[in-house]
Amino acid sequence: MAVARSPWQIFWKEFRKSPTALLGAFVLVVFYGSALFADFLAPYSMIEQNRDLGYLPPQRVRIASGGPFVYGTSLVDPVRNRYAEDETQRYPVRFFVRGRPYRILGLVPSSVHLFGVAAPGSIHLVGTDQFGRDVLSRLLYGARISLSIGLLGIAISFSIGILVGGLSGYFGGWIDEGTMRVTEILLSIPVLYLIVALAAILPPEMPSDRKYLLIVVILSFIGWATLARIVRGLVLSLREFEYVTAAKALGAGTFRVLLRHIIPNTLSFLIVAATVSVPGYILGEVFLSFLGVGIQEPIASWGNMLTAAQSVRVLMSFPWILAPGYLIFLTVLAFNFLGDGLSDALNPRKIQGGKGG
Amino acid sequence: MRTFLLRRFLNMIPLLFGISLLSFGVMELAPGDFLDTIRANDAVPPELVASMAKRFALDKPWYVRYERWLGNVVLHADFGESFSYRQPVFSVMAPRLGNTLLLALAAALITWCLAIPLGIIAAVRQYSWWDKTASLIASFGLSIPEVFFALLLLLFAAKTGWFPIGGMHSLDYDDLTPLGKALDIAHHLVLPAIVLGTIPMASRMRQMRANLLDVLRLEYVNTARAKGLPEREVIWKHAVRNALNPLITLFGLTLATLLSGSFVVEVVMGWPGLGALTLEALRKQDLYLVMGSVMLASTLLVLGNLVADVLLAVVDPRIRYD
Repeated sequence: MAVARSPWQIFWKEFRKSPTALLGAFVLVVFYGSALFADFLAPYSMIEQNRDLGYLPPQRVRIASGGPFVYGTSLVDPVRNRYAEDETQRYPVRFFVRGRPYRILGLVPSSVHLFGVAAPGSIHLVGTDQFGRDVLSRLLYGARISLSIGLLGIAISFSIGILVGGLSGYFGGWIDEGTMRVTEILLSIPVLYLIVALAAILPPEMPSDRKYLLIVVILSFIGWATLARIVRGLVLSLREFEYVTAAKALGAGTFRVLLRHIIPNTLSFLIVAATVSVPGYILGEVFLSFLGVGIQEPIASWGNMLTAAQSVRVLMSFPWILAPGYLIFLTVLAFNFLGDGLSDALNPRKIQGGKGG
Repeated sequence: MRTFLLRRFLNMIPLLFGISLLSFGVMELAPGDFLDTIRANDAVPPELVASMAKRFALDKPWYVRYERWLGNVVLHADFGESFSYRQPVFSVMAPRLGNTLLLALAAALITWCLAIPLGIIAAVRQYSWWDKTASLIASFGLSIPEVFFALLLLLFAAKTGWFPIGGMHSLDYDDLTPLGKALDIAHHLVLPAIVLGTIPMASRMRQMRANLLDVLRLEYVNTARAKGLPEREVIWKHAVRNALNPLITLFGLTLATLLSGSFVVEVVMGWPGLGALTLEALRKQDLYLVMGSVMLASTLLVLGNLVADVLLAVVDPRIRYD
């Protein structure tokens, strides 16, 4: 007699089998965690400029008996931004240093930072950009925008998609006809053209926080249609089940039947769909930045940092400014790995004693 | 079959109408208009601005403009005039569409030539080293951002000198022989086609693998093995042919998405196609040019869908049209 296991245990047992999914989950926890604690981890703010240190290559941390340190730098070729290490100046890397004030998670005031070096030295582990801003710090702060856009985006588009798809599948009739025609139109315009057309609404001058919201709204407006159609299909088949009739017979109202009985049964699908659609929003932000209507400088996002790296001549000399590209790639890869793992682990055919699959 | 085709064609009309209304509405919501930049130029007399506004009906409410545009499109197949090029939209788009089509075809070629063999190997040797490598390639291909990939390849071209850094022609293009011209364009075409073809390649490969795995589990494959056919024949003659069907039907759709997905590649790699043109038109608020390209891209997508459905119905006898 097998021991009864909770759905969670069954899920975990399956999920654990996939090393790539675990790796994906780990990477995402690290990335989202770093974004959350960017204030603590970043040695500099995202806008601090040091015009004398434009395009400084990533500095090497050296180890000596007194602990890690970096050498000072001196500009040897101002035209081509070539630097040399100045071995007469040593700046020890200090941990938990006091610096610019911030609030931990937006609440607790603090001014402690993970690491830093004493003035007049500076530490740039991923180098600096054109204006001498610390790339690592900008990556950390930029992650807040780029990574949250996906979560907020699916929150909006899934709410709309589930509501519209659910109502449309449950009621049928003219509601169904109307909404399905609208989704058809939305899906018939190629995504990038739709983004381009919608981007035209974005005025170039706009406060960053409002622009951020508008970007999320635009991307969600595109994303809900596919979901609504799929949820509709699922609801169409689920509403014929006897347990739904039973719920109705017991006097449950329309919304109760939909939200408590039908939608939860689409959950395993929705979880996987949500996981694999986050990258779309992250890439959408990149594309909008690329069009020149994304988050504006000096606020950092991975999209506008990557867009700034668009000249091959610049890339040849200063390849580290391509760093946001690697991070976007890793994030998207992690979401895809996680999505594959989830869809295997949540597949009901597998959970029933592994007869299917 | 004929009624099915007819119905699908008639279905396209309200769809395209809806698309045009939506994209027109969006363009109208955009702040300012094309004449803003001209007005800001002191050298242009106000009378000229006024006459241009009248000519393009910019002084009228949006529905008047839309009605006029739609009327011209339906009655005369006239998509209006580009503000910035001072030419009919269609003649501005035509050469660009040709370039994009060339790029999309090259990308489709890469997609299919790689996706199908890789998918077959991965399925036949499931869980082998081949399978794992192929699925890793697919995951990477699906995850790499196009802008980033395009930049990496440009960097590669610059470092090795094996490929030109962007553009479509070399500087001495005009002096080349016809064969030389074709080779020159092909040389410029390689990198953009790789960038554009990577995502569809990865997803088609996964599909091919999954399809073939499904087919290999069927009874008739067992039967073929049982009657003593060599494994090669079982796979190529019996399994692969059936696994290919659903993919072949996707050809139309793939081409359509390639045509409308080439924005980033075209701009980053300087390929003078429709995407780059649309972006330029958008920046200049060239209303009719944007409308024209959105309509063109959408029509291609809708047609691609139609072709996919029809092919599926033709290939798969289980599907009924009514």
